Amino acid sequence: MKKRKNIIGSVLLILLGLAFLSPFYLVFVNAFKNRVEIALDPLGMPKEWSLEYFTEAVEKMKFLQTLGNTVKVSFISVFGIIVLTSTTAWIMVRMKNKWTEILFYSLIATMIIPTQSIMMPLMQFMGSMTDKTGIPFLNSHFGLIYMNIGFGCGMGVFLYHGFIKSIPLEIEEAAILDGCNLWQRFWYVVFPMLKNITITVAILDVIWLWNDYLLPSLALSSKDLFTLPLSTFSFFEQYTIQWNLAMAGLSMTIIPVIVFYLAAQRYIMDSVASGALK
Amino acid sequence: MKKRRSAAYYSFMCLPLIMTLIFLTVIVVPFFLGIGYSFFEWDGIPVNPKIFVGLDNYTELFSDARFWQSGKHTVIFTIFSVISTNCLGLAFAVLLTRKYSARNVARAMVFAPHLIGGLLLGFIWKFVFSSPFPKLGEVLGIENLLFNWLLNEGFAMAALVFVNTWKMAGYIMIIYISGIQGISAEFIEAAQVDGASSIQRFWYIMLPLLRPAVTITTFITLANSFKIFDVNLSLTGGGPFNSTEMFAMNIYNEMFTRGNYGYGQAKAIVFFILVAVVTLAQTYANKQKEVEM
Repeated sequence: MKKRKNIIGSVLLILLGLAFLSPFYLVFVNAFKNRVEIALDPLGMPKEWSLEYFTEAVEKMKFLQTLGNTVKVSFISVFGIIVLTSTTAWIMVRMKNKWTEILFYSLIATMIIPTQSIMMPLMQFMGSMTDKTGIPFLNSHFGLIYMNIGFGCGMGVFLYHGFIKSIPLEIEEAAILDGCNLWQRFWYVVFPMLKNITITVAILDVIWLWNDYLLPSLALSSKDLFTLPLSTFSFFEQYTIQWNLAMAGLSMTIIPVIVFYLAAQRYIMDSVASGALK
Repeated sequence: MKKRRSAAYYSFMCLPLIMTLIFLTVIVVPFFLGIGYSFFEWDGIPVNPKIFVGLDNYTELFSDARFWQSGKHTVIFTIFSVISTNCLGLAFAVLLTRKYSARNVARAMVFAPHLIGGLLLGFIWKFVFSSPFPKLGEVLGIENLLFNWLLNEGFAMAALVFVNTWKMAGYIMIIYISGIQGISAEFIEAAQVDGASSIQRFWYIMLPLLRPAVTITTFITLANSFKIFDVNLSLTGGGPFNSTEMFAMNIYNEMFTRGNYGYGQAKAIVFFILVAVVTLAQTYANKQKEVEM
């Protein structure tokens, strides 16, 4: 009896889950239909599985290039955030003084600033930094990564700091006595202990950066530099949207996220939970 | 590490310095520059003059009907989103902590939309509302309920709440699940022995014990809904007839559509203050909760 209840309940749960995800199904099947078919039958399977609209969408949104840009920008940004915030948080805990305290509280306090409140002055300031230094802070991947690190360092330091505080100094003392320098001490002793929190930071930041629209849309103007959200946007800008192309574009943008999710589902849900509860 | 300050010491200390430099130039300096810009009138074109107008931008704000209209939309949207997201998230959490074999798969499915950004989710639903939704209404014979919501002023707002709930429910569910797992099974069993029905067990035992989780999720949804931008932009674009334009979007349009950089920045500062108030209330409520526990 109990077993039967479990089976029925489980089947119902799966059906509920499928109903919940049905919009993804609609996006995918309508990427194969022509205009008339979408209008007449948007719910059913397509009559033909032709990849016509996918190949056209790949060309229109320069899919491979955009995908490459998105991978490059999100991964380098995440790498930068992890290297800079883990070391900074460690130094803050181990060499606590007035200045590191000020920096720590400024990082925490500024986490509440919404992007909209500083986007315009940020772009102006990046523009003037470009003029003064000759380094392209605007309309370049370097500039976008630089700004991403700026926006991500508050949360990174916050999460690392909370964890490093709980590591007793005694663990590092052996390394100090052995004459290890700061690099060796951090890399061989401290960083391995930060593995779980590093996974959390990496996952939360990848989700954020992969999907980020506002900042890249302001920072990048050349189409060759666009990330996926920006190039997907171009399908919806036109007065009459070509739904099949748009759906093909959306499908291709979503698929990498789903692959990533299937590969690291457990880690992702744990990271998001621990990120929310801190 | 205090005695010999080697090359390794100095090179390592460069990392915190680089981070501080990036943080200052990306967040701190623009924040203060932003306060400065809000006292000027400027159209964003570098060669055109910036005219100092003092507090004029802020006084103008008070009589800006469209800005307050967007504020009203934001408040309505936030209230409904907080309620619907919490109810659905809690319902999923209660359902998916029962001992069904499929519960982990179902959890993963419900959580999935949260991984796709707001911009893409808005586009997905823009399509769903435009064509499959009316079709489904036609098939089921409920055309006056399932039609293209995005073309109707009241329903477009409902659509935004709906899509935001769909995006956030799985995320909120995860927080409730860890709350439910923290409740000792003894409480539930004791109630069961006393003959409490499952509704009574939920209402009198589980819900009061979940109060800390409710505080956390309420503020997460509150802050998220209040700052909504991506879904707003892609799903309705603020339309029809500006009926769904929220704060963040109003600021964006003021600057980049109408070209009023100084005035838009004054709005951005007011927006920041409102967000700060919400967040400080959150921190305060969390502190209270810790005292209680």
